[in-house]
Amino acid sequence: MSMVLRAENLSKQYFRKTGQANCFYAVKDASLALNSGEVTVLMGRSGSGKTTLLHMLSGLLTPTEGKVWLGETDVYGLNDKALSRLRNGKLGVIPQGRSAIDTLTALENILLPAQLAGKGGDIEAAKRWMAALGIEHLSDAMPAELSGGELRRMAIARALAQAPEVILADEPTGDLDDENTERVLTVLRDTAKSDGRAVLIVSHDSEAARYADHVYRMDGGELSPARTTGMN
Amino acid sequence: MGTGKLPIKNLLRKPGRTCALVLLTAFLALAVFGGSVVVRSLRGGLNSLEARLGADIIVVPGEMASKVDLKELFLQGTVGEYYMKASALDKVREVEGVEIAAPQTYLTSLKADCCAVKVQIIGIDPGVDFTVKPWIDRSLSRDLGDMELAVGCKVSTGVGENLRIYDRSCRVVAKLAETGTGFDTAVYCNMDTMKTLLAAAEEKGIVHRLTSDNGDRISAIYVKVAPGYDVSDIEVRLAAHVRKTKTVRTRTMITDVSESLAGIARTVSLLAVAVWALAFVVLLIAFAMMIAERRREFAVLRLLGTSRGGLTGLILTETALCSLAGGLLGVGVASLAVFPFTTLIESRLGLPYLTPSTGTVLALAGTTLLVTLLVGAIASAFAAWRLSRVDPGTTLREGA
Repeated sequence: MSMVLRAENLSKQYFRKTGQANCFYAVKDASLALNSGEVTVLMGRSGSGKTTLLHMLSGLLTPTEGKVWLGETDVYGLNDKALSRLRNGKLGVIPQGRSAIDTLTALENILLPAQLAGKGGDIEAAKRWMAALGIEHLSDAMPAELSGGELRRMAIARALAQAPEVILADEPTGDLDDENTERVLTVLRDTAKSDGRAVLIVSHDSEAARYADHVYRMDGGELSPARTTGMN
Repeated sequence: MGTGKLPIKNLLRKPGRTCALVLLTAFLALAVFGGSVVVRSLRGGLNSLEARLGADIIVVPGEMASKVDLKELFLQGTVGEYYMKASALDKVREVEGVEIAAPQTYLTSLKADCCAVKVQIIGIDPGVDFTVKPWIDRSLSRDLGDMELAVGCKVSTGVGENLRIYDRSCRVVAKLAETGTGFDTAVYCNMDTMKTLLAAAEEKGIVHRLTSDNGDRISAIYVKVAPGYDVSDIEVRLAAHVRKTKTVRTRTMITDVSESLAGIARTVSLLAVAVWALAFVVLLIAFAMMIAERRREFAVLRLLGTSRGGLTGLILTETALCSLAGGLLGVGVASLAVFPFTTLIESRLGLPYLTPSTGTVLALAGTTLLVTLLVGAIASAFAAWRLSRVDPGTTLREGA
C-alpha cells in the first residue's frame, strides 16, 4: 500500500462582496493522504468545504495555499496541458450533479476520456463497468432519457473506465436508492481492493463510512480524522 | 487531448441550436455577398458601357429629348424609333474640331415581326464607325458585308449561323462582348442591309416610322473630337450649327451616373457594414449565451482532461463549421436571388448591370466565407477566453 495522492496544508479563500467578513476560508490548512488499495470517506455538513477540497485534490480548483502531490508530481506546478493529461490519465473524478455530455450516448460518455486521450476506448471494459453498476441496458440511451440515479452511475462507470490511480467521488450515492447505493459503494471498494486504486468518497451518507478504511470529517473548512478502520 | 468527432456530434445532435447559429451567419453572408455582387455588377456595367460608347459627343434628333430621358436611353441600351435627316451628318462634319462623325440608324422589331427573338437592329457605316467596329474587329478582321450581322451576346444565334429577320436570312459573322445593357440584344448591320430589311418589313406589311422612302434617315451621330479641341466647345458649336438636334456628352453622362453609382455603392456598403456590425454584435451575444449555457458541459470536459487549448479548439471548430455552413448557405441564397434576375435588376435600377466574371464571383464568395469564419472565430474566441479564465471546479460548484 503506497501513498498516491497527498495534500499538504491546503487552503481555499473566497471573497464576498457583502456580509460582515469580506473573506472566508472554504477549506483551511487541510492535509490528507490517499493510499492505493484504500477507501477514504470524507463526511461533513453542507457547506463545510468537502467539495472544495475534492476539487483542489482533482486539479480543478487552484488552492490559495498548500500543495497537492500525485506521487512525486506537484499537481499545481504543472502547466495546463500537463495537468489536463494528468487528470485524464490518473484521476477519475465523479463530480456532484449532472456531468453527462448531452450530445453523446451513455456508452459514448463513458468512452469519452479515452477518446480525449486519442485512444478508441475499451468498449468491453466500459460495458463491464456498466453491468457492474446495473446500467448495461442503457448503452445507446441519451442522457436526457436517463434518470438522476442512472446518470450518477454513468458518471461512476466513466471514472472507472479510465482505470485511474485515484478515484475522487463527490456524493456518488446522492441520487440512488438503497440497493444501488450498496452496489456503487461495493464497486468502489472492490476497485480499491482488487485494482489497487486510491478512492476518496465525499458523502453525506453515513452508510459510506461502513466501506471506508479511513473516515475524515470536515467542519467549517477544517479537516479532522474521524476514525480509521471500516467493515473491510 | 483531442476532442475528435465531438464538435460534429455536438452540432448534429443539437439541431435547433446549430440551425440558429447557421441562419445567423447565413444572413450575414447573404448581405455581404449579395451587396458586393450588385455593386460590382453596376460598376462593371458602367465601365463596359463607357468603353463601348467610345464617342465624346452623341447627336440625336431634337424630338428625342422631349420624349425620353437620354441618359436612360443610352445607359439601358434600349433604342427607339426616332430619326433625323441624313444631312445632319454633313452638318456635323462641317464643324471644326469634329474628327470623326459616325451615323447609326435604329430599328426595333417585335419578336413576331421577324425572328425567334426580339431584336434591336442598328445600322452602322463600317467605313467610319468607331464605336461598334472595334468590338466587331475582335472577332472579325474585315468590315461587315451585305446581309451580315454582328450580334450582341444575348442573341442566341451563334457565329456562322443564319438569323431570319423579316423573312430575310442574315449571316451572323461576329458576336460582341457583354455590356449589361439592351445593346446585348441588338444586331448590327451595314446601312445597305438595314435598307434591305426595311423593304422586307414593308413587304410583310409591317410599318415602321422609317420607310424605304425616307430610308436614308439616321437616329444618332457618334462624334469623336479631334485632339487639341475642347469637347465642351465642340458641343456648343454642334448645338449652334446643327439644328433640330440634341447633343449629349457621354463623359458627362457617364460621370453623372458614376457619381450616382458611387452614392448607391456607398449606401450599399454602409448597409453592409451596418449589417455586419449588427450581426457581429448579435453573434457575439449568441456565442456568449451559447457558451454560458454550456459552461457546465465545458467544465466536465476540462474535468475529463481537455486542456484550455483543446476546449478553445472544440469551440472554434464548432463555430467554424456553423460559420462555413452559414456562409455557404448565405452565398447560395444570394446567388439564387441575384444571378437569375440580372435582367430584372438591370431594368429596375435603370443602369447598366454586368455580372462580374466567374473568377471575381468566386473570389467574392471566398472572401465572404473567410470574413464570416473570421467574425465567428473572433466572437467565439472571446467567449472561450472568458470561459478559460475560470477554474472548472468553480463552474462545477455553481451548477451542482
